[in-house]
Amino acid sequence: MSEMKKIKNLKEFSTSADRFEGANLLCPGCAHSIIVREILNATNDDLVLSASTGCLEVCTAVYPYTSWDASWIHIGFENSSTAVAGAEAMYNALKTKGRLKQPDRNPKFVAFGGDGASYDIGFQWISGCMERNHNMMYVVLDNEVYANTGGQRSSSTPIGSSATTSPAGSISYGEKMNKKDMMGIMAAHHIPYAAQVAPNKWKDMVKKIQKGFATEGAVFINAVSPCTTEWKFDPKDTMMLTDLATDSLVFPLYEVIDGKEFNITYRPKNVVPVEEYLAAQGRFKHLFKDEYKYLIKEWQERVDANWAYLQRREEAKV
Amino acid sequence: MAKKGWDEFEIGAMLRTFDGSIDDIAGTRQEDRSYSENSSYMASVADWRLIKPVFNKDYCIDCQFCWIYCPDVSIISRDKKLIGVDMDHCKGCGICVEVCPTNPKSLLMFPEQADEETEIAQWPKKDEEEA
Repeated sequence: MSEMKKIKNLKEFSTSADRFEGANLLCPGCAHSIIVREILNATNDDLVLSASTGCLEVCTAVYPYTSWDASWIHIGFENSSTAVAGAEAMYNALKTKGRLKQPDRNPKFVAFGGDGASYDIGFQWISGCMERNHNMMYVVLDNEVYANTGGQRSSSTPIGSSATTSPAGSISYGEKMNKKDMMGIMAAHHIPYAAQVAPNKWKDMVKKIQKGFATEGAVFINAVSPCTTEWKFDPKDTMMLTDLATDSLVFPLYEVIDGKEFNITYRPKNVVPVEEYLAAQGRFKHLFKDEYKYLIKEWQERVDANWAYLQRREEAKV
Repeated sequence: MAKKGWDEFEIGAMLRTFDGSIDDIAGTRQEDRSYSENSSYMASVADWRLIKPVFNKDYCIDCQFCWIYCPDVSIISRDKKLIGVDMDHCKGCGICVEVCPTNPKSLLMFPEQADEETEIAQWPKKDEEEA
């Protein structure tokens, strides 16, 4: 059971039996469940899962229903990471004592959290788990806003985005702070593996997830998850939005091994201007007014600078 | 399932997805699993839907893009072939239609009340401009 699941192409992948069920209460077109399905289907091993409070948790476990076909726990907003780390520590203790009922099984430990639970509220807990190097994976479903509670800004919300606590109007262009570089922070823990993924590049994603499962030690995954409700676009355009995010390099896909070996895993053939990514979303609508147009130029410069920085790091291997 | 009052909930409630024991979940297809009444698989969100996808197997090339990108596990694929849409769990978001690469598309959205067979009989022809 412990060997890696073979996934050569999408047809082969489609023979997986899903362990996440429909009739959850996520919005139509929500990318959360696409990401969760891609992660759960990447392995045949048993799973020990947890989810922080957030859209994923409240929508998949509405009493008396659960959408999970694996051991899954919801505890607090901040401690999904430590819950799974505790389960992993217990598993290791029982393994050492030889008291496991099925010692040949090789369970995988995965914690899910939204960007609010990871970038803000659960930050020190995640940092602790990464520092102690538990054999677990932490997945951020990054929709850049507290979508579950009505769209308040989180520290993942990018500049210019209109959120309910940083609304755009006659005197403000919305969110003023730049997005926190969570990948950089987590890689600086020198954990064995950290990666940024997007659901539209399923092959890249499955490869990284399998690499993460094969890694001994803490793994951090940051997944972009377009939110149809708070980013304000039509539910059918979720994958189009994700394509724009990766192709405009707003969400570059890369991995960091041991905090120093740096690989860019996806280089778009045709780089899309950031303006197209912004124009597709209602939360950036006000940036196209004359007085705020300079912000679009700043966006492009920031994304270009970040891409240049990533390429320099890849080249220098630091 | 009968609805419980606020003071009848168990503290620290645990829900079991399956009736009885199941050994290899990842190797068991959904139709072979014995779901308990607590699994959302037994629930339905069909009433969320205003438009529904209709699948025309004549044009399908089994690329499985709709399977991987379906957020609601509603595209049913067996033995690498797409065999239909799970209408109990589909919320009608339309992602499957957007990602379908065939020309004409093998999945299209129609109003909920549309008749499937009539729509398949009048399926749009190949769109030359887009080709």
